[in-house]
Amino acid sequence: MKVDRRSFLGLGLGAVAGAAVSPAGMKLTDDSSIMTQNWFGLLPVPIDGEITFDNSVCSLCKGSCGITVKKVAGRAIKIEGQDDHPINKGGICLHGIAGLQYLYDPSRIKSPLQKIGDRFEKISWDDAVSHIAEKLTAIKDQQKPESIACISGNDEGSVSELFKRFLKVFGSNNFYSMASMDTTWETTASKMHGKSNTLSFDIENSSFILSFGSGFIEGWGSPVHCFKTNAARKKKNVNLYQIEPRLSNTAAGADKWIPIKPGTEADLALGLCNIIINEEIYDITSISKSNSSFQAFSKMVAKDYTPEKVAETTGIDLALIKQIAHKFAWADKPIAIAGKGRGDTAGDTKEFAAVHALNCLAGNINKKGGTWVSRKNNYLKFPLAKMDSIAKNGFSKPRYTSFETLIDKVAQSSDSDIQALFVLNSNPCYTMRDSDKVIKAFENIPFKVSFSSFMDETAKKADIILPTHMFLERYEDIPSPSAGITKKTVGLSRPLVKPIFDTNNAGDAILMIAKALKGNVAENFPWSNYKKCLESVTKDIWSSLSDKGFVVLTDKPSYLKPSTDFFHVTNNLKSVEAQGDKKSFPLTLISIDNVRIAGGEIASSPFAIKTVSDKVIKGTDILVELNPETAAKARLAHGDKAKITTPVGSALVKVNVFEGIMPGLIGMAQGLGRTLDNKYVADKGVNINKLIAPVIEPGSGQDAAWGIAASISKV
Amino acid sequence: MSEKEKSTELCKEGEKTEGDSGLGLGVLFFLIAFVVVFLSGWLLFPKLLYSKKEQPFNFNHVLHTNETGSCDTCHFLREDGSYNGIPDLASCMECHEEEPMGDTEDELIFCEEYIAKEKEVPWFIYSKQPDCVFFSHAAHLKGKNSMECKTCHGDIGESEESKPYEENRITGYGRDIWGKSIWGIKKHSWDRMKMDDCAECHKEETGSQGACFQCHK
Repeated sequence: MKVDRRSFLGLGLGAVAGAAVSPAGMKLTDDSSIMTQNWFGLLPVPIDGEITFDNSVCSLCKGSCGITVKKVAGRAIKIEGQDDHPINKGGICLHGIAGLQYLYDPSRIKSPLQKIGDRFEKISWDDAVSHIAEKLTAIKDQQKPESIACISGNDEGSVSELFKRFLKVFGSNNFYSMASMDTTWETTASKMHGKSNTLSFDIENSSFILSFGSGFIEGWGSPVHCFKTNAARKKKNVNLYQIEPRLSNTAAGADKWIPIKPGTEADLALGLCNIIINEEIYDITSISKSNSSFQAFSKMVAKDYTPEKVAETTGIDLALIKQIAHKFAWADKPIAIAGKGRGDTAGDTKEFAAVHALNCLAGNINKKGGTWVSRKNNYLKFPLAKMDSIAKNGFSKPRYTSFETLIDKVAQSSDSDIQALFVLNSNPCYTMRDSDKVIKAFENIPFKVSFSSFMDETAKKADIILPTHMFLERYEDIPSPSAGITKKTVGLSRPLVKPIFDTNNAGDAILMIAKALKGNVAENFPWSNYKKCLESVTKDIWSSLSDKGFVVLTDKPSYLKPSTDFFHVTNNLKSVEAQGDKKSFPLTLISIDNVRIAGGEIASSPFAIKTVSDKVIKGTDILVELNPETAAKARLAHGDKAKITTPVGSALVKVNVFEGIMPGLIGMAQGLGRTLDNKYVADKGVNINKLIAPVIEPGSGQDAAWGIAASISKV
Repeated sequence: MSEKEKSTELCKEGEKTEGDSGLGLGVLFFLIAFVVVFLSGWLLFPKLLYSKKEQPFNFNHVLHTNETGSCDTCHFLREDGSYNGIPDLASCMECHEEEPMGDTEDELIFCEEYIAKEKEVPWFIYSKQPDCVFFSHAAHLKGKNSMECKTCHGDIGESEESKPYEENRITGYGRDIWGKSIWGIKKHSWDRMKMDDCAECHKEETGSQGACFQCHK
């Protein structure tokens, strides 16, 4: 016998036949198909388990929407709007829906940090707190307790109150909060209707809305509430007239878009008042002709704001101005609102007063669908603060009119009055105008403590960072924004997930510092932890707050009809103008609030930033809007690289030629150019606040800039 | 002999000598290879394909069903209709505490290693299906044609010992899906849990094996 080629062939065929009839072949085919479905575990599959829903409040913006967090086996997997919540009624915005991304954000601060040289080093909570206590004790020993200050993102809520209380019993009156349109509305309400008042707008029940640039669907007021109101408005055929220099989403969805020269909104409002008074179509039941302030006001508008003059100043057709005045005055329940874009910054006092004068003429004060004048809600009951003599002395020292004026002063010299600064829920080094100056001012303050969840522009400048829980990890009372919504509510933010990092509630952090200081300061903070404190200061409402997750404090206008003082509008108020020499800077740079880009202290989530149009950001480039006419003059075409220069800075941008912006303007998105350690959202575009100089109004001390003179050239 | 005859003769001889022995050896080799490969595919292959893993500790179903009465005390449907599957530590702790209730060695492991340390037991799940399949226990347990656990899961409720978990090295799923028989032969409804088995029952019960998207959503 000889083994030859045929034998091998037999062997091979035998093996093939054996494999074919054995079960291995079909089993391997089946297994490979299943294996490829799960291809090396590349397909992420969430863990299985019980699905539960917990309610809380979103505090990514001031909207205070109720949220329902869906969890699987205790792990939060989705955020939805809370169905029965009085503010958002089940709705939610794209930032809220992506809230979980902030939980795992790469720029979150993972433990307390101390700056040594130029670098941050990890320290324990105990060491960080005792280090702060040492510094503060030294300041108090020098009898200068007033030299500590605090800047907070909001003025209301128990955490801000705890910081305010801490400063007070330490001996400083330097607690400030970041200004927004709410601040200007409060000023307007106090000046026109008496002290301690605030204004809110019952837009959902109005029959005609006259908006002076308010980004009604771009995040103004309580955003989701406004989206819902806007959708309902269209069904009810309630007209919205949008007055602004650019075709925003709100303008595009309005019944009429009225382009106006930026900065002349107050003139238009006063011109409308002129027509309404002149034609005697104001509400005679609520305005008495014998009111001396009304007489002075009438005289002033009759003289300075004739429709012809206003048509010239604002660039709006005379007939159209008359039409708006008639439409407003003849409407059943008209309302006029102001606060440009989202209203994230303080507004022009004159503009707000002039717009509110329209509401007063329409007689809509404290009526359904009108403007509600009410006292600020105070649902918090803190025990009386006890101060020692050093504290009393320090607290009585004069304070700055606003944080802007403080920064302005501190930036000027390294020998500043402010020795220590606490930064809470805010990011002034990013959000304040002329941010380079703000950063310089920060460098002049010897000791800064940041209570931040993220390593943002301001946290980077701190000497000590006490990292705080993000909103899904903490207890906190969240009051609704004052102007945007008439239903005054307070929601309860609850810890829905275990803290991921070595963080704490800011309330607990300040309690720890107070206890470390001992003595009188510690005695004013008797609570063992923040939750106990929250329970005790909200004692009257705690049971329903913790049960339902929110409490509606008021949802009806006051039955009182407050008197109206028109002197505030009549007194030589000046409109805020764009700063800069018109010869070297022939154009005007205005900021654009885009609902997809968060403009405040918190940056957009990776999810939200991905939804922004490539006409706003392309790769890492920011595109600015130019009217075709402006672009042609500057010899720029769509997509060209260009350089914007303003009196305070310059930036490289790309051009988006857009017919929807008035000639002579450059429109730039707010909220970009972040420098967080989060590659998905950072280093995209430019921070517009670096290019705009603040315009501090003498009365309020607030920065009411809305733009700046600028030039653009091809590069 | 003419040239033609000679060549015919040669051919015949060639056939006789080389052809016979070559074919015989070829057939032999064929048979040997066939048998070796066939038997390996049948007997050796499953041993290589599946890895054997022991459960963290033995679980006695009989003992528990005697105490609790039925399967659904531990394997229940939640209020929202979702199925809890193997109970988590919290569910076990509704009865068990850190101190063992009985005197089995396995309970001692459970109490010391898991309850005391608040650690979930990493059970291997025999009947875990691929993630591309949507399956609702509620739909099969509620309603007029409700099924028994046994129809799909067999006699596991009557087991005193936890059998070793055999994991398919290629797919990562348990052996119970394909079934113990590598041939895919089934004698009972619970012997296999493949798509065809679902379809077979659906066809019988509803008249249609159903559309793809009903399970593959």
